[in-house]
Amino acid sequence: MSIQLDQSQAAAPSGAPIGGSAPWKASIVAELAEVVRNQAVNAEYRHLVVNCSEEAAAAQPGQFFQLLCPQPAGEQPFLRRPMSLYGADPDKRQVEFLYKVTGAGTRGLDTLRPGDQLDIMGPLGVGFTLDPEWRHIVAVGRGAGLATLAPLARAAKANGTQVIAVFSARRPDLLVSVELFHRHGADVIAVTDSEATSGPANVERILRRLVADGRCDAFFTCGSSRLMRVQQRLAREFGLPGQVAMEQQMACGIGLCYCCVRDFNVNGEIVNRRVCWDGPVFDLMEALP
Amino acid sequence: MSMTPNIDLSVAIGGLTLRNPVMPASGTFAEGLEKVMDFNRLGAFVTKTITRELRAGNPLPRVVERPGGLINAIGIPSKGVPYFIEKIMPHYAAYDTPLVVSISAPTAEGFASLAAELSIPGVAAIEANISCPNIEEDGKAFAMRAESTEKVTRLLRAATELPLWLKLTPNTGDVPEVARAAEAAGADAVVVANTILSMAIDLKSFKPCLGNIMGGLSGPAIKPIVLRQVFQCAKAVKIPVIGCGGISTAEDAIEYMLAGASAVQVGTATFLQPAAMTTIIDGLRSFCLHREIPRVTDLIRGVVIEEADEPDLAWLDPVS
Repeated sequence: MSIQLDQSQAAAPSGAPIGGSAPWKASIVAELAEVVRNQAVNAEYRHLVVNCSEEAAAAQPGQFFQLLCPQPAGEQPFLRRPMSLYGADPDKRQVEFLYKVTGAGTRGLDTLRPGDQLDIMGPLGVGFTLDPEWRHIVAVGRGAGLATLAPLARAAKANGTQVIAVFSARRPDLLVSVELFHRHGADVIAVTDSEATSGPANVERILRRLVADGRCDAFFTCGSSRLMRVQQRLAREFGLPGQVAMEQQMACGIGLCYCCVRDFNVNGEIVNRRVCWDGPVFDLMEALP
Repeated sequence: MSMTPNIDLSVAIGGLTLRNPVMPASGTFAEGLEKVMDFNRLGAFVTKTITRELRAGNPLPRVVERPGGLINAIGIPSKGVPYFIEKIMPHYAAYDTPLVVSISAPTAEGFASLAAELSIPGVAAIEANISCPNIEEDGKAFAMRAESTEKVTRLLRAATELPLWLKLTPNTGDVPEVARAAEAAGADAVVVANTILSMAIDLKSFKPCLGNIMGGLSGPAIKPIVLRQVFQCAKAVKIPVIGCGGISTAEDAIEYMLAGASAVQVGTATFLQPAAMTTIIDGLRSFCLHREIPRVTDLIRGVVIEEADEPDLAWLDPVS
């Protein structure tokens, strides 16, 4: 099974045209989801699980949601906060997020308890694509990127693709989603700052060995410009495809405001794209740090 | 069994009849919203502002949030007229909703030629954005003065037979005088208003929060200010006033209509609740139903003011 994302946003209007008989139906929803779980997984990250609608639970790896975070005491976050999908279960009608408390929005999320309601909007953006021909893929992540790559492990297993994950963190105890990757049959190589294994030179050595062993048909990455550049160099050298999930400050999340633009190199030409709508997953070779 | 009375939500805006008075504010609407709402329910479409030249937009960061609002300095990125006609317009052709095209140019003559070029089948009205606070140098815009508004409107009027809306700025001392100038020069409606020129500074770095230093404040924080300006403009002109500033709910829209707005534009609210416009339309209908108001147009200029209580705002007029 391959992941096929809804590409209709690039095609003709999909609403109900004049004289059309099919009733219009939203494919992006903003709804009140019910918090099932919101607890720490390590010293930095918290795991949030919510019950949601069928539309939201249909989210694909690499897609994201805009969360209307509760207001923590004394603070008034105004905008929604973009949050990568950490997991989606269409059968249970649940979506999961992994977040680190860093600002007013995530401090608000931290106040949620089971049974509370959270306004979620999604699924948003263009996610990862898996080619059914790929036997092995290499996923390289750091920081919040580990969460973004997590749903890829499950999708790759369903695609019959073996995942080798190279995960980078400051300390071993801050690595997240390693168990999840193991559960889906992935091999995990952890590199950390505290063990002095996370430098780009060492990661490049690891990746070169994987390519030489025939264990890398494509690169997937998120969370580190330095590691992205290593993969771009190797992808170019060995003619391998790749995808990168990018981050940017966002306001609307649905391509209206042009706040989240980034530059991309498309065949030597610099073009401007919206991370929320044209991404957040882009071709590895077109991404600029 | 009682029948549900039929509420007439339609409004007439300078030659156009809209099925209801709710439409997006320019810059907060694009094709992708069709995944969130049924486009056949909107009163009108209003495009992002189009310029003749290709514009990349402002440096990042382009937005910063503040309590009750959002400051933006996007800088009107534009891919130009041919791209709009070939790639954007077809998205809207399938819907029975009028397409209002927002335009901007650095000169009055540039506004006129752009309006002429875009006066084509499929375009229902031109909205001239003479008010964006972050496109002109240091926040200046045509709509800050009656004279420049009169000139650009006159040239626009001569250049197009389409209904012509002028989008005014709240960043001037006498918005009603500017509205009068637009009316005198042939505008079919005025949109009151745009974002309020503002600024935010980061206390960690001591740097401005926006790449453009200044930007436009929108959202609930500006509603009372713009509502007052709509009230003043609606008294000053006979052409319709379209209210735009911090409208998030049906109650906000009703307030604007009572102050004199014939229609409303919804902007920042869509960023927080993507289906805000259809929620507002539903809310207008149920308000009219419960108050037994048969036509939504009955709300326009409906604010009750006893003559003796009317506020004296003469001090706002710098010449008096």
